[in-house]
Amino acid sequence: MGNPQILVIDDETPIRKLLEITLQSNGYKVMHASTAREGLLKAANYSPDLVILDLGLPDENGHRTLQKMREWSLRPVIILSVQNNEQDIVSALDNGANDYLVKPFRTGELLARIRSALRGASMEANMPLIRFNGFEIDLSARAVKRHNEFLKLTETQYSLLALFGKNEGKVLTHQYLLREIWGPEYTSQLQYLRVFIAQLRKKVERDANRPEHILTESGVGYRFVAGEP
Amino acid sequence: MQEATVPFPFVTYKIGKNQQYIISILLVSLVSAICFLLSAYIGAQVVAFILLLELSIVAMFFDIFPVLLTAILSALIWDFFFLAPRYNFGVGDTEDRILLSMYFVIALINAVLSFKIRQIEKVARRKVEKAKTLKLYNTLLNSLSHEFRTPIATIIGATDNLLQEPSLLSAGDSKKLLSEISVASLRLNRQVENLLNMSRLESGFLQPKKDWCDMNELVAAIIHQLGDQLTNHTVETDINENLPLVRIDYGLMEQVLYNLVYNASLYTPENTIIRICATCPDGNLEIAVEDTGAGFPEEEIGKVFNKFYRLKHSRVAGTGLGLSIVKGFVEAHNGTIDLRNRPSGGACFVIRMPIEKLYVNKQANG
Repeated sequence: MGNPQILVIDDETPIRKLLEITLQSNGYKVMHASTAREGLLKAANYSPDLVILDLGLPDENGHRTLQKMREWSLRPVIILSVQNNEQDIVSALDNGANDYLVKPFRTGELLARIRSALRGASMEANMPLIRFNGFEIDLSARAVKRHNEFLKLTETQYSLLALFGKNEGKVLTHQYLLREIWGPEYTSQLQYLRVFIAQLRKKVERDANRPEHILTESGVGYRFVAGEP
Repeated sequence: MQEATVPFPFVTYKIGKNQQYIISILLVSLVSAICFLLSAYIGAQVVAFILLLELSIVAMFFDIFPVLLTAILSALIWDFFFLAPRYNFGVGDTEDRILLSMYFVIALINAVLSFKIRQIEKVARRKVEKAKTLKLYNTLLNSLSHEFRTPIATIIGATDNLLQEPSLLSAGDSKKLLSEISVASLRLNRQVENLLNMSRLESGFLQPKKDWCDMNELVAAIIHQLGDQLTNHTVETDINENLPLVRIDYGLMEQVLYNLVYNASLYTPENTIIRICATCPDGNLEIAVEDTGAGFPEEEIGKVFNKFYRLKHSRVAGTGLGLSIVKGFVEAHNGTIDLRNRPSGGACFVIRMPIEKLYVNKQANG
């Protein structure tokens, strides 16, 4: 496989320039579009490996563009949002965006999001082992080992950790986690999630008060970062 | 509805226009009735003076139309009940005719003059208010232009240097300039965020979106976000790990604690301690952010939460918005924030807010 191709849809020239330089110097091929129309056209014609989509486009609401794109493409989409507007971000993620970045963003963050989204897209469904920081999640045996010793986890704690492991580096919204672990009728019961996150952090973090793996994304959800394998 | 402010010696309250009419009529009737009962002892001229006195008092407090109504009503009553021939609107001799017309004129002059005086007062008050707003606006402009211009100047200067003939700069210098640009842009971003938060508060539409939060988690997230900013300080947290979940607006309270801890890291010397505690006494959530720095000058403690207020001898630049945002966001939760100096030195901010809480088992094997 050659260098992954990224389509940047943003109406601001400086941002397009910045992204082009950053992405090209990191080995990605870059295409850009300044309107939603042009973006959808290029996404359809060139099927890029990943799309970076600004939510504030001049000709169309970015949420609508995302919906249209999701009707025929499952390629990863990272949205760019200018304000720290959590509701906007959560609704884009629920509409199928893979991740988000708030302008201004740090380059390191951008590259990490892209890597994680591309990895998620190429990950095979059949990947029974997830390793991080001395931990090993065996999805086929539903077991977790720390330095080769089995870790005692309740059913819910395991499901949550496995879900995080399968989505390493990707933001998971509160609603998504609640729906996946507890069921669709629990999506507003944030307290369940808070409790189990606290429990899980005690199990997997070196210091539960300074988490390095299960990170809080303010007002949006959680992001699991594996760190060193 | 137009309202009049009553300059009562101790309390100021407002009376609606309709009530002003009713009170005017009642007062005239009451004073006239008393005069009528005493009419065996006092003559019509004295009654005229008493009625004029009543009118003057009404004119001091009420709007022009209720006052005019009082003037006309009292003139008619005086004519009908007191001026000979009594119980008749007709006027007997020339002297009484002159008296009645003079009563009318004096009553009207009285009403119009008090009204004019009050208009002048209103204009003067508006001028004072305008001057105050202008002063606040100037303070804002001064502090903002300084806070924005400094990083912008750094960025423009540094980029000019970097864009000129590259041979003039050593690799080390280029790197230094680049890191200056980076620091300046982060500072700009911080100020823009403060301004946005301030305008959210000022818009009056700030509605906390409350949901269950774990204070341990929130504080950990803030320490994580501040990251490098805290490398020269020791941050201690004292939060019981079994503290119940509390219903707050995570985003707003995150800003509150971020600003407090960020401030502490800016204004206290290196290697001092910043301590964050949270407890749930009774139906409240109590959060304390303490430091072991120099504390605040006692005489300025009352002012630090004011918008754009800056400590008199501050060495660090800022807009004076951070703490006023903190106060606004805490108040949006119906809470209070207090600042005091700790007896052993350093400042202590204490937030108290009424809270819904939920006891849960956060132990790992629950």
